[in-house]
Amino acid sequence: MTPDTAPDAVPDGVPDPAEDAAPDAEMIAAPDAAADDAPDAAGDDAQDEAGDAAPESETDAPLVELRDVTRSFPGPPEVQALKGVNLSIEAGEYISIVGPSGSGKSTMLNILGLLDRPSVGEYRLTGALTGSLSEDERAAVRARMVGFVFQSFHLLPHRSVLDNVLLPMLYSGIPRDEREQRARTVLERVGLGHRIDFLPGTLSGGERQRVAVARAVVSAPRMLLADEPTGNLDAVSSGEVMELFEELNRDGLTLILITHDPLVAARAHRSLRITDGRLHEVEAGSDADVEVEVEVA
Amino acid sequence: MSRGWRALLPPWRRRTEVDEQTDADSPRHPEPGAAVLLPHVARGDRFSFQDLAAESVAGIGSRPARLVMTTLGTVLGIGSLVVTIGFAQTTAGQIARQFDAVAATQVVISPAEVRTQSGGSASTMRLPWDSPERLERLAGVEHAGLIADVAIGQAAITAVPVNDPSAASTSPPPLLAASAGLMDAVRASVVTGRSFDSGHDARGDRVAVLGARAAERLGVNRVDRQPSIFIDGIAYAVIGIVDDMQRRPDIRDAVVIPIGAARADFGLGAATEAQVRIVVGAGPQVAAQAAIALSPDAPENLEIAAPSGRSDLGQSVQADVSIVFLVLGAIALLAGGLGIANVTMLSVMERTGEIGLRRALGATRRQIGGQFMLESIIIGLLGGLIGASAGVLTVVAISLVQQWTPVLDPLMVVSCALLGAVVGLLAGWYPARRATHIEPISALRGA
Repeated sequence: MTPDTAPDAVPDGVPDPAEDAAPDAEMIAAPDAAADDAPDAAGDDAQDEAGDAAPESETDAPLVELRDVTRSFPGPPEVQALKGVNLSIEAGEYISIVGPSGSGKSTMLNILGLLDRPSVGEYRLTGALTGSLSEDERAAVRARMVGFVFQSFHLLPHRSVLDNVLLPMLYSGIPRDEREQRARTVLERVGLGHRIDFLPGTLSGGERQRVAVARAVVSAPRMLLADEPTGNLDAVSSGEVMELFEELNRDGLTLILITHDPLVAARAHRSLRITDGRLHEVEAGSDADVEVEVEVA
Repeated sequence: MSRGWRALLPPWRRRTEVDEQTDADSPRHPEPGAAVLLPHVARGDRFSFQDLAAESVAGIGSRPARLVMTTLGTVLGIGSLVVTIGFAQTTAGQIARQFDAVAATQVVISPAEVRTQSGGSASTMRLPWDSPERLERLAGVEHAGLIADVAIGQAAITAVPVNDPSAASTSPPPLLAASAGLMDAVRASVVTGRSFDSGHDARGDRVAVLGARAAERLGVNRVDRQPSIFIDGIAYAVIGIVDDMQRRPDIRDAVVIPIGAARADFGLGAATEAQVRIVVGAGPQVAAQAAIALSPDAPENLEIAAPSGRSDLGQSVQADVSIVFLVLGAIALLAGGLGIANVTMLSVMERTGEIGLRRALGATRRQIGGQFMLESIIIGLLGGLIGASAGVLTVVAISLVQQWTPVLDPLMVVSCALLGAVVGLLAGWYPARRATHIEPISALRGA
């Protein structure tokens, strides 16, 4: 589905290096929601064979679905970092999650990114339960479906920009002969085609974060989890990185942004607030301070 | 939804999904949902051992200065082990040379004998006349020479051609034929005059060298006037008198003429044996090679008496000397191992962020642990290789200065190099374990 629709998804405003954008968009543009309503069973024999007994994976299942998720850390005193969270995220959404520190934001990030398991409740990804996955399977799902961007970039300092972007494909099972081409295309896409052989230490903060974004999307994940992505950047670089995010979102990538910055949060189409482990929807368009607390049910 | 994900893959990938065999090693999914989330990945695109090795090497290579410091401990440990054992082997050879020089450096080659039906014995082959040249080409051979008994029956060997009927009849001294290098090969010392050379041999000159006692018996004590002796009536010029042959003391009683002359005058048919003088420690190797050099078609037809690589005497001395050094080497190795463990630990701490990142990108705990483990093993192996090479060079260099023959067991050297890898393995175990227990998000949010 996606390869056909992808060229349309490239927004006009984006300076596209090559007009034959099809492979480009195919890899960066995450699958958009169009895939949901299309049965598209042709050529998927292996899939049917493997997962035909999956009643959960109806075609209209949301990308992410949390049901009554509670995460508590044992040991006196027991701490409940998340309390009965219900959340549903459709593919292609652009969401910001705000909240004071210690409110459970990072636990939320852990759970969404399959780095942690809920103590109670269930987490469905594309309709499939993740609770039964083994540690190694969770790693494999992480490699294929989730991209991470961090506040402090976490680029490998002694490896070139290209190597840094090649890194996730080691684990995500992208065919070997495609890897380098993909990495180069993505780097072109984030505007760093001229920095391919540089070491991260020689780049500015904004450039480093763009390398990190390239690394996060090179395996074509379903969603991008960004944890304070602009926390270490000045206003100009911040703006550039946010524009890059939004561009990717317009191409269909689901974007979940965890941030302190109300200005950054306000750019999202949908805003959530965590306070004391509870999740509230912030009404779109409203000021961050004047929020209508609605339990997402 | 999952189908949409599947459609993301390029068409050729989708096809491989279908014809890829259902893996026996793929985990069973109790929950159908799991299969939806885990599209099949072709074997060649999974994280392979080559990937692991590449990541490990890149990890090590990014800090060359630290790598040098880390390997230093193993280099010293393995190096001292190799030097210790190598010296023990070398000095064992030296000791053997001093206490039993001849036995350790003499090889005797003779044709094998078979019993004949009549009760006598016959040689199974003849030593080729060019045996000395063939043998001297072998590494470890210093001198080689042929020797043959010449049968002259009742013919007399006298210093004067006078038939003295009143003299008591005595048996003549034995007559031997030798190639030019023989006197060197049996360590003869020339009392006076000279020994014959290959020119005499090739021309069949009628010259003779007398053993010291034979000379006494024939009444020859000076050679400056070119005295002659008569062998079966044929005059031979005496050019020298030799003595002191420890390996063939019978030569002291004998008259020795060049093989060329013996073949011309007495119809000599075959050499009896070849005497070879070798360097210390080359015995087993020369024995193996000489048989093939002299009789490539049937090496088993030769009987070769060669010294073994090491003597019992040497071994007992070696045991005393090397225990001290072995302990020192083991301590150095232990220090080297602890060094690797420390640096790997430090590296794990320092790279917490990298570990968290890799885990977030989809690395399993095992892959993380394997990477650090392999880094440590590679560092250990590198140290082992450098240490073993340095040890070998040290032994060779000191042997050169002392004019000893270095004796090193290649198997020992290779094992020592591999021991370095084992040290790395042991040293890397704990840090690698620590690395696998790092929680990704805490690692990624800090710093």
